[in-house]
Amino acid sequence: MIGRVRAFGAFLYDFVIGDDPAIAIAVVLALALAGLLAAWWVLPPVVVGVLGWSLVRAT
Amino acid sequence: MFAACLVEGVEALTIVLAAGMTRGWRSALAGMGVALVVLAAIVAVLGPALTVLPIDTLRLVVGGLLLIFGLQWLRKAILRASGFKALHDEEAIFAEELAAARAAGREPRGIDGYGFTVSFKGVLLEGLEVAFIVVTFGSNQDNIPLAAVAGVAAVLVVVAAGLVVHAPLTRVPENTLKFAVGVMLTSFGIFWGAEGAGASWPAGDAAILALVAYTLASSLLLVDLMRRRHSRRSLEPGRGMAA
Repeated sequence: MIGRVRAFGAFLYDFVIGDDPAIAIAVVLALALAGLLAAWWVLPPVVVGVLGWSLVRAT
Repeated sequence: MFAACLVEGVEALTIVLAAGMTRGWRSALAGMGVALVVLAAIVAVLGPALTVLPIDTLRLVVGGLLLIFGLQWLRKAILRASGFKALHDEEAIFAEELAAARAAGREPRGIDGYGFTVSFKGVLLEGLEVAFIVVTFGSNQDNIPLAAVAGVAAVLVVVAAGLVVHAPLTRVPENTLKFAVGVMLTSFGIFWGAEGAGASWPAGDAAILALVAYTLASSLLLVDLMRRRHSRRSLEPGRGMAA
């Protein structure tokens, strides 16, 4: 039973978070900042920056 | 959304074909059928449940998930396009699945457990992504039935193509589709995420077009930069591909 729960947890993690957990963390922080400032201009540069940073880290 | 469902359909079809050709079509089709019933149940439960949530909460959660999914797709597609990661080769995956299916012991009669499980898992896992995309896009546009029709249409196109060629769809430019889907998911994720967080876009819904152009241009620039990086790296001895 515990094995199945663990396997489901691992599947869920892989399904939602994927290869780079830093992307998910950065997205949550960026959404929080956009909400705090109520500003549309927060997400576009942060998203591209996070993608570039993740690519550099992977290589 | 149609393209995203198309990509997932190709991946699922590759697995079902490999299972069917080695372990028998009865088991592979049974596994696929049960997986489709489970997926239909998930969409039927998740769809109405999501529409109950306040629209801003829904957009924040959906925007965040689309952003995470979109960025992961773009990341993989850019790594492949720049040469840091091998291109997703359906023919190689098909050969691997065939070898694994042939190596597994065969059950004497009835439904073959291996063929059923491989087909079921393949269709369920790839289908979950289709289901997620259908439910999130559908609930945001307040039209889950239309989104479901588009998702099913994409899967039917793939199944029809698979029946015709009876082999993995190696000619589908999967990385290009994945790149395009990554751009769309990321753009919609930025739009809905910001709206859900309480921000307003200057041009309203028209901002989506600008966001698609922005994400596409930025991603193409990143492909170019990563290709240059790969060229420099390939000149250095002892460098391999990214994980």
